[in-house]
Amino acid sequence: MSVQVLYFARFRETLGLDSEAVEGVYPTVRALREFLVLRGGVWQVLAERNLMCARNEELCQLDEPLAPGDEVAFFPPVTGG
Amino acid sequence: MAIRVQTAAFDPGAEVNVLHAANVGVGAVVSFVGYVRDFNEGREVAGMFLEHYPGMTEKALAKITVEAELRWPLLKLEVLHRIGALEPGEPIVFVGVASAHRQAAFDACAFVMDYLKTRAPFWKKETTSDGPRWVEGRDSDHAAAGRWDKN
Repeated sequence: MSVQVLYFARFRETLGLDSEAVEGVYPTVRALREFLVLRGGVWQVLAERNLMCARNEELCQLDEPLAPGDEVAFFPPVTGG
Repeated sequence: MAIRVQTAAFDPGAEVNVLHAANVGVGAVVSFVGYVRDFNEGREVAGMFLEHYPGMTEKALAKITVEAELRWPLLKLEVLHRIGALEPGEPIVFVGVASAHRQAAFDACAFVMDYLKTRAPFWKKETTSDGPRWVEGRDSDHAAAGRWDKN
C-alpha cells in the first residue's frame, strides 16, 4: 500500500524532489507528514507551521483521513493572483 | 463560466468586452487585472516564474467560481491565470464578472480574487537584483479572504 506524495515550489526545491510513492499505512495527512519529517535534514522543511496540504487535488487539513492510493501534496502558502 | 490557465499573454480589454457581448441583460461588468510589478519587498524585480499544481489548479478555480455563483446572481464569470515566465508590466490574472446590477459584480469579483489568493495552488518565484526568491504568503490576504466567511 502506498500514497503518492507531491511537493511544490520552495518545498520541491529544498527537497530536490517533486513526487514520490511512499509505502506504508498513514491514517491521516498529519501522520504522513510526521513520517516524512522524521527523515531529518532537509525534510524538516515540512514541519513549517504554515505548511499547506491537499488530498486528491483538494485543500485539506492535517487531520484529513488517508486511504491507500491517495495523492497528497505539501506546499508553502500559495501566492497566486 | 470560464476558467483558463495558460502560459500565453492576454489582452484584458478584449476579455472585458467578451463579458457583455451577446447579452443585453448585462447591466454591470466588474473586472480585476493583476500585473507583475518591477519592485517588491525592497528589491527590483526583473521577472517572475509562476508554478502551479496541474489538475488541482483548475479544480480549485472551478470550486471558487461555483461558490461565487451560489452567493450572487451572476450572468458571466471568467477567471484567467497565467503560468510560466512573466516580465514586469505583464498581466498575471484576470477576473471578470457580469451581472444585471453592480453590487453583485463588485462583490463577486473581490470574493473570487480573495479566495484565489489563499486557495488556488500558484506560487511566484521572482528574479531580483539579489537573485531568485520565492514570494511569501501574506497574512493580509488571509484577512481579506476571511471577510467572506459565513457565520
